[in-house]
Amino acid sequence: MDAVARPKPKPVRMRGRSYVAFVFCPVVPIIDWLEEIDSTLAQSPGFFVGKPVVLDLSAVDLSQNAIAQLVASFEQRGIRILGFEGVDAVRLSTTMPPLLTAGRHFAMPQNGPKKPETTKPKLKAASLLLDNQVRSGQSIVFPEGDVTVVGSVSSGAEIVAGGSIHIYGTLRGRAMAGIDGNPAARIYCQRIEAELLAIDGYYRTAEQIDATFRDRPTQVWLDGDIVQITPLN
Amino acid sequence: MAKVLVVTSGKGGVGKTTTTAALGAALAQMGEKAVVVDFDVGLRNLDLVLGAERRVVFDFINVVQGIANLSQALIRDKRLENLWLLPASQTRDKDALTEEGVSKIIAELRTKFDWIICDSPAGIERGATLAMRYADEAIVVTNPEVSSVRDSDRIIGMLDSKTARAEQGEQVKKHLLITRFDTARAARGEMLSIDDVLDILATPLLGIVPESQDVLRASNVGSPVTLNDAGSVPARAYTDAARRLMGQTVPMMVPTGRKGLMDRLLGRRAA
Repeated sequence: MDAVARPKPKPVRMRGRSYVAFVFCPVVPIIDWLEEIDSTLAQSPGFFVGKPVVLDLSAVDLSQNAIAQLVASFEQRGIRILGFEGVDAVRLSTTMPPLLTAGRHFAMPQNGPKKPETTKPKLKAASLLLDNQVRSGQSIVFPEGDVTVVGSVSSGAEIVAGGSIHIYGTLRGRAMAGIDGNPAARIYCQRIEAELLAIDGYYRTAEQIDATFRDRPTQVWLDGDIVQITPLN
Repeated sequence: MAKVLVVTSGKGGVGKTTTTAALGAALAQMGEKAVVVDFDVGLRNLDLVLGAERRVVFDFINVVQGIANLSQALIRDKRLENLWLLPASQTRDKDALTEEGVSKIIAELRTKFDWIICDSPAGIERGATLAMRYADEAIVVTNPEVSSVRDSDRIIGMLDSKTARAEQGEQVKKHLLITRFDTARAARGEMLSIDDVLDILATPLLGIVPESQDVLRASNVGSPVTLNDAGSVPARAYTDAARRLMGQTVPMMVPTGRKGLMDRLLGRRAA
């Protein structure tokens, strides 16, 4: 059961989010179309200021210079362009807003766009069960949830979990619970002879574990930023 | 059905080669046809322990390379007609072993012998992983002290992941052999007790071999300890272990280090 390399307790994560933007579709002649934009702006001045606006250029065939001019004319009106659709990427210089793809239609309510949606990945309630002893040199990494071991965890082995760690046996190795920012995670074991205990990045080494806790069922939990060890009965 | 046994430990110097020779000889004495194979390429010792070092012409690597065939490399023991040795090369190193070559040789040995005992080198690299690759059963040799126990634990983990059997979803049957057990030191707490070792390793116990001068004497004269002095305590322990491998139920003799009255009268060494 050799597993992948260990993650750090608080890794830097890249997240994906989707936002809703207004899309303007210029048509020829551009000058006439810009006049229509001006009349819309006159009705609700400042409405588009600071809002994300995307230009869909699929109905027109503009050179790079023309695109640059279009961006400039919008900036004169106080509208910053977030990106482009429907145009060849080669026509866009590196200083221009980027080409956007995979846009989906979004029905705009009359009183303005909704707040940007965030798609934060939620922690699924997953659990990993191991039926035998975890041997020295084995590394169990399960960031999605709890890990339960029916057996002991040998010296030189490690368990890394996003949730809690339950060991029905002796913990002689390393146990790191609550990675990815979960301070409520706990570590439970029937006998504690651990080399290292960590919850949400706060750790305690074997030297700092009091000898009175040995040979008793214990739980390890995080109290603020101190790793506490208490007997279970 | 032929059985391939690997004698492994992780840690060096715990008694793998001694065990391989002793068990091979014990099984041969019981009438089984046994071959002991030295996988420690470059640092071969099995030929010395069996007293065959002056008769080595071809070795394992020569057979892998196709220079010699298996019957040319196999050396028959002079004292036991059922015991054979396939020595390792002393001039090459473990990089000369290939998985294909090992596979072919083990397959051929299976057709000729009842027991194929592979003497693994120490460590967890190529030599050790190839020695365990085609094993049906494993004997994990451990001294009752902390570094040996941890290394044995690592090796047990590898037996469950790096063997052909494990990859096919089957299990390599594991036995624990505790060697160099010193009762007095265990009583003083300087060595781990049998229970401590079993608690940590959680593997069925095959036997307990006490620390003894007989082992050194045997290897110096080039004779397996079960052959050299069959009445000695380590020899009896190894013979019991061989019987257990054959499936017999033998009560476990835990070395106590104390001499009984009869032992004292007859000048026997302590059990």
